[in-house]
Amino acid sequence: MEQFVMTFPAACRLAEAHPPRLCGVVSSGNLEVLVESGDPGDACRIEVSTPATGFRDIWAAVLRDFVERQPVGGLRITINDAGATPAVVSLRLDQAMDTFRSEKS
Amino acid sequence: MSVKKTSFFEASARTRIARLVDPGSFSEFCPPQLRHTSPHLARLHAPVAFDDGVAVGCARLAGHPVLIAAQEGRFNGGAVGEVHGAKLAGLLDKAVSERPAAVLLLVDSGGVRLHEANAGLIAISELMRAVLRTQAAGIPVFALIGGSCGAFGGMGIVARLCAEVVMSEQGRMGLSGPEVIETVMGVEEFDSRDRALVWRVTGGKVRRALGEATRLVEDDVAAFRAVTADLLAEYGARPLKPSSLDTLFDAHARLTARTRRFSAARDGREIFAASGFSDIDGVPLMAVDAFNRHLMETA
Repeated sequence: MEQFVMTFPAACRLAEAHPPRLCGVVSSGNLEVLVESGDPGDACRIEVSTPATGFRDIWAAVLRDFVERQPVGGLRITINDAGATPAVVSLRLDQAMDTFRSEKS
Repeated sequence: MSVKKTSFFEASARTRIARLVDPGSFSEFCPPQLRHTSPHLARLHAPVAFDDGVAVGCARLAGHPVLIAAQEGRFNGGAVGEVHGAKLAGLLDKAVSERPAAVLLLVDSGGVRLHEANAGLIAISELMRAVLRTQAAGIPVFALIGGSCGAFGGMGIVARLCAEVVMSEQGRMGLSGPEVIETVMGVEEFDSRDRALVWRVTGGKVRRALGEATRLVEDDVAAFRAVTADLLAEYGARPLKPSSLDTLFDAHARLTARTRRFSAARDGREIFAASGFSDIDGVPLMAVDAFNRHLMETA
């Protein structure tokens, strides 16, 4: 099991408050993504927990791409992975952000 | 205009809840952001889930207040660990004090989570006691079974303790699962890869024919919702009576009659034959409405 936190600076902050959202299921080749509002407001903090060790560089690339697509600060994203491929991780992150933004608290 | 069907079998636990209850009425207890994850899985370096594979909360269904739980079959086969079981047992305890119209258990589980050994076994036994205690307090518990893991092991027992068992043909119910029987008794006894055999022994239709499932519905969340709404109305009009010596005698009489009717049957096909179906090979493909109508007419 490998656990790490990556923090990316983000120019824009969340415009309004949203309730936490969970996307995906922890099953083989899949992952769950929990998106919450969090501090600091000018960064996106992503915490990953994965049973596949030794892929930290690939995670960093996938997460950097995601933050470039969706440069939003004030986010806390937590991932429970069960061996998802990079493409699945990207899609799931986008889906989680879409559902997170769609609901206002 | 055709209404889009949501397959109960394919849907996730959270989607099942969202489509089953009145729109927007679900409010979750112990939500994922509280991170009540399994300490046992973490110690084994196995992936954990923020909800430990079960979502619990309160909602309304056709206006009736209900407490509801849905197991996520895709996380460790919906297996019951310590946290998972505590969430379910806690929900049932809450029912005794809050007195909802019913507790709905959307079962999708192979039973005890073997990683958690004794803690999982204890969780299941607490869950059984909780179902009985809730129903003794006059609150009916309904098991809704239509997921890929069915209801096996301890969750098979929990389901059978419930006042009502609503199943789709896709859902399965039993004690030992097909793979377990094959491992212990050999492939000559039970070939778990023979899907037709698995379904005609554990599937919704044979369970309904035996009377173990009380309702059979299509694999559609809307169908589960419609039948659950009917049941809520029925129990609203005629509340669950506490068990007594008479209800025990009634149950024994029913079991005796069932044993007499099906004692010669060794397979689902023979159960269907004893239930008066003429085209035995056609039963698995029979429409749910026609199947239910036949059972009603021959009852």
